[in-house]
Formats: sequence, structure tokens, C-alpha cells
Amino acid sequence: MNLLAEPVGVAHYMVIGAIMFVTGAVCMATKRNALGVLMGIELVLNGANVNFVALGSEYLRPAQDGLGLDGQLIALFVIVLAAAEAAVALAITLNFYNNHMTVDVDQADELKG
Amino acid sequence: MAPINWHTFYFLLFALTAGVFAVAVAVTSNVVRMAFYLVLCLSATAGLFFLAGADFVGAMQIMIYVGGTLVLLIFGVMLTAQGPFISMKTRSGEWVLGLLAGGSLLAILISAAVGVRAWRPVELEEHSPQARVTASRLGMGLLGARVDQLDQSDKTLRAGMSGYLFPFEIISVHLLVVLIGAAYLARPKKRMRPGEETQA
Repeated sequence: MNLLAEPVGVAHYMVIGAIMFVTGAVCMATKRNALGVLMGIELVLNGANVNFVALGSEYLRPAQDGLGLDGQLIALFVIVLAAAEAAVALAITLNFYNNHMTVDVDQADELKG
Repeated sequence: MAPINWHTFYFLLFALTAGVFAVAVAVTSNVVRMAFYLVLCLSATAGLFFLAGADFVGAMQIMIYVGGTLVLLIFGVMLTAQGPFISMKTRSGEWVLGLLAGGSLLAILISAAVGVRAWRPVELEEHSPQARVTASRLGMGLLGARVDQLDQSDKTLRAGMSGYLFPFEIISVHLLVVLIGAAYLARPKKRMRPGEETQA
């Protein structure tokens, strides 16, 4: 079977979206640097975006049962929300760094009972 | 030998780049390298968007995400990457737990993606050769007019296709509020004047 001659479907895009989602989730769970956690969130959002765009694409499945333009519009909203979230998270991280002189999320345990 | 399907070729190129650098972001413990790998991964994702026919979303991915959000992140890295914070090792027990949970999640997601019949590759009839630019249709959709759904004959379906003007307004105000809040949060601390009492 020639790999390069086979057509690509939505499932292929979903597999790469799943890989990005899972690596982002692992990144969020294991990183100790607050900025590393933030990068994990970006990966998760992009994995979701790949799925939205793939489901809306008319090149991958017949146009009448795809998401159509809605998938791309939602992907745009996700991109804007990711920008907003990164700005706030970065401000919080810088504030934390100024007050505690560290970016280790394990040190942020002042609210622990 | 069968002729090369160029869609598949470029899909494999971008998908491998995105996947390999996404894994590299999770594996490396150096935060500067993580930022660089993330730039490459998100650029390859933009290539995937172009490949799926979403030209405007791919361009926005490069301009807003890679050009805006990630530059912000890299500034954060530069402001905080000092001495011990450049490379923070994760304990191996946490790696084992994270990989266990991540691996099982990946197995579930991939089996679900491959298992659905409607998502398998289909042989579509030959596309019309002219490029289908999505920018103006997307812009009209954000303004509340779905020019791509004008031929929708079903009345009940058409009622839900009134466009995205309201979410667009909400997200605009949300972005404004969030950026003002971020600028307020990250403001420099007020300097103590010499005579003032220090608060405990």
C-alpha cells in the first residue's frame, strides 16, 4: 500500500488534533514553570481548532454534511479567546513573579489549608 | 507506482511537523526551547488550516497566534527566565502519572476518531479549479449575514443561521476588558517614598 497515494479524511486531521490535545494536557499536568502550563493550554486550544477546521472543510467530506463556515468561524473565536487568555495569564504570572520571585507553580500554595 | 496524492503529501509534512514539535514541547524542560518548539508547531498547524481550505483562519493563526500571542509568551519567558527557572525538572513520578493519563486519553480519542464511518476518507468528485476564498464570507458571517447559506430551504434550519454578530460583539468587549485588566494587573509597583511607612 502506497501511503502517499491514499486520500486524506477528517479522521487523519482528528488524529493530529488528538495528539496536540493530549500533549497539551500532559504539558499542563507535568510542567512546573507557570509559562509551561500556559503553553500547554495553547496546544490544547490548537488541537481543538484543528478538529473544527477539519469538520468544516469541504475538501475532506461532502459539503452538505460538514460544518461549513461555522467551523472556521468558531476557530476564529477560539483564536481570539486564546489571545485574551494568554494576556491575562501572563499578567498574573508576572505579578506572581514580582511578589514571590519564582514562577514555580508548586510554590503557589498560600491558600492551602 | 500510483501517482502521488499531493494533498496527502503536504498533510503528512505539516502533520508530522506539528505532532513532533507538540511532543517536543511536552518533553523538554527548558522553557526557552519550549517557546521555540511551540512557534514551529503552531506554524505547521497554520499549514494544516490552509490545506483544509481555511485560508483566512490559517492567516489569522499566523498573524494573531504566532505573531501576537506567542510573542507575548516569549516576552514572559524573557522577563522570568533567570537562573533556576530556565530549566525546571519534573519529578519522574509525575511523568509516569501524566503519561499514563495522557496515553489512555490519546487511545480513546484516536479510536473514536478512526471508528466513525462518516470521518473516513472519501473520494470526492473533482473540485472546480477556482480558489474558494473564505475571507469575505467569514466577514459577512461575523456581521450577521450568512451569504454561504442563502440557498438553505429548510425554514427551521435557516432560523439558526443568523450569523455571529452578537458573539462577535461579546468577544470584542471581552477582549477589551481583558486587555485593560491585564495592563492593570501587570502595572509596576508603586515606589515607596523615603518618609513613608512600610506596610507589613
